[in-house]
Amino acid sequence: MKNLKKLALGFVMALGLMAGAQASGGGAIAWDKAPIKTNDLASLQNGAKLFVNYCLNCHSAAFMRYNRLKDIGLTEQQIKDNLLFATTKVGDTMKSAIDPLQAKEWFGKNPPDLTLMTRSRSGHGGTGADYLYTYLRSYHRDATKPTGWNNMAFPNVGMPNVLWELQGEREPVFEEKEEHGHTVQIFKGWKQTKPGTMTPLQYDQAVGDLVNYMQWMAEPAQNTRVRIGVWVLIFLSFFTFIAWRLNAAYWKDIK
Amino acid sequence: MAEFKEISPNAPAGEKLLNWVDNRFPLSKLYKEHMSEYYAPKNFNFWYIFGSLSLLVLVIQIVTGIFLVMHYKPDAAVAFASVEYIMRDVPWGWLIRYMHSTGASAFFIVVYLHMFRGLIYGSYRKPRELVWIFGCAIFLCLMAEAFMGYLLPWGQMSYWGAQVIVNLFSAIPFIGPDLALLIRGDFVVGDATLNRFFSFHVIAVPLVLLGLVVAHIIALHEVGSNNPDGVEIKGPNAPKDAQGHPLDGIPFHPYYSVHDIMGVSVFLMAFTAIVFFAPEFGGYFLEYNNFIPADPLTTPLHIAPVWYFTPFYSMLRAITSEMMYALIACVVIGAVLAVAKGKLPQLLKGAVIGAAVVISALMLAIDAKFWGVVVMGGAVVILFFLPWLDNSPVKSIRYRPDWHKYLYAVFVINFLILGYLGVQPPSPIGERVSQVGSLFYFGFFLLMPWWSKLGTPKQVPDRVTFTPH
Repeated sequence: MKNLKKLALGFVMALGLMAGAQASGGGAIAWDKAPIKTNDLASLQNGAKLFVNYCLNCHSAAFMRYNRLKDIGLTEQQIKDNLLFATTKVGDTMKSAIDPLQAKEWFGKNPPDLTLMTRSRSGHGGTGADYLYTYLRSYHRDATKPTGWNNMAFPNVGMPNVLWELQGEREPVFEEKEEHGHTVQIFKGWKQTKPGTMTPLQYDQAVGDLVNYMQWMAEPAQNTRVRIGVWVLIFLSFFTFIAWRLNAAYWKDIK
Repeated sequence: MAEFKEISPNAPAGEKLLNWVDNRFPLSKLYKEHMSEYYAPKNFNFWYIFGSLSLLVLVIQIVTGIFLVMHYKPDAAVAFASVEYIMRDVPWGWLIRYMHSTGASAFFIVVYLHMFRGLIYGSYRKPRELVWIFGCAIFLCLMAEAFMGYLLPWGQMSYWGAQVIVNLFSAIPFIGPDLALLIRGDFVVGDATLNRFFSFHVIAVPLVLLGLVVAHIIALHEVGSNNPDGVEIKGPNAPKDAQGHPLDGIPFHPYYSVHDIMGVSVFLMAFTAIVFFAPEFGGYFLEYNNFIPADPLTTPLHIAPVWYFTPFYSMLRAITSEMMYALIACVVIGAVLAVAKGKLPQLLKGAVIGAAVVISALMLAIDAKFWGVVVMGGAVVILFFLPWLDNSPVKSIRYRPDWHKYLYAVFVINFLILGYLGVQPPSPIGERVSQVGSLFYFGFFLLMPWWSKLGTPKQVPDRVTFTPH
């Protein structure tokens, strides 16, 4: 019997080990940890504003309704006044006005829907939010690309740096190193070449808010889910206790 | 027909109603046979909870499934969006969906543990062969159910997973391509495939599954439950009390019903913890790629089935053209041993040699991909034959020679390693390990008639071992 218990324990541990690893596309550079706080309403609202102003021009969030933004503390009037395009209704989903044919011509590919981006981009390197947080802060000038931009987290990306006014321009800094007889370039960090309207710290914060919003948008029920989960587990702990005592009360007769 | 029973007109209304029903339907009789007077061994341990839990998860899947179908749309153009609609706009839709997606994985966890229990305590041995066979059929149905259900969210993994698995059928000689076409209903996985998989997932397979579950339980209650000691408590020689009830048995209700309530509540704690705090379970219960709508033009870099299929998927991938030589060698060695060592009539020996030659020729002639499919299918089908493969004089692992326990441990570890390799992208080392693992998996079963007889079993007690708690 002891062996079986060990076996069961081994099984559980093996499952735990497996849970650590899941294959998905990696990036060119390591992902930074995104400052995710999906219950920080100010951050979510700022992120929503950035999202509508910068992302929604080309990307849609076709499963996300504008009036769901009420969940992050906005009133219907605020949504109508600040975030809606002239012809959209507050119950509509976030659809971009871009023409798909033109978009394909401009960027080589249709801008993907962003509703679930943070969920779908999770992988070895971290969560999808980590990826986006790194990606949106990893643009640099590259004259060989049609858009004039390239990205360290997503090499040869079709999208230009739409946040460049905020961020300014940066260059990646590399260190050359001998490895197995080859000279390899190791990414060391960034050098600001042109200032943006935001300081680097402010920019990181803004991208953090944007990614935070996208994390929330991928699953608007996530805060509710965790809150209810706590109560469910509290209830089940009591129930388990009662079930355990009930079981003991019946089984004391069995000799 | 049972005798028509009259009761006193002064009896309470409830009793009169029950009597009225009992005269027309065996309600009390069924209740007694399956609950209050179904005697189960009193020495059940931890491993005996997973049968009830499977039933619980089945109910969760059916009930949540009913509500999902109210909002889900089996149409390639809107299927993905309808799932997101459930997740966002349907009140409590996210809860129902997460319960269903977590339930799918939970089903396989409890069923694998349930099967493991049967394996170590010899619950498939005479007279429980049919209980085991119905159970294996349930497992097969469950795999079909899970595979077809996984297409419905119409994400990238849904789509490409289905594409890969259906394409396997096209490896079957002669009928393969047409068979694959018949399954898909189209030349690629598409709307027609989604519709037929939906139909199978919500109607056809669940009907068969429910029928098999009923058969599984009826067969079990006919022969009585096995127990960790593998001692028969209801046999002609088993000790009984004055009423003829087994001394080592206790009524299922209330003893095991209260036991199961406790097990259920512990299980629900784990289940709800996943549903509410980690419904994706690190990409294992809901794969990340499946949050991207199906795109027939973009093949994902790495297509892996959901975790519960990966041990079998590993065995499929293990069968390369190189591996075929190893398999042919196994067939030849098996035939030579059967002829040299087996006490067979001359004619049968000839047949064995003939069969080995034919199989080896076919193995050389037909593409390894087909044999991969055969191996993957065989890995499940072989379970059906377990009752006739095991020749051990004792049922339970408790009284087997100690080295048997290690062999079972290696079997479990091997199965887990195969599962792990199945989620990883293919690699040369992984391929070798999964080839060795596949050979071990089949060796374990095919050589069981021989190794299960070896060693000296311990003395099996007359009564079950039980310490009051």
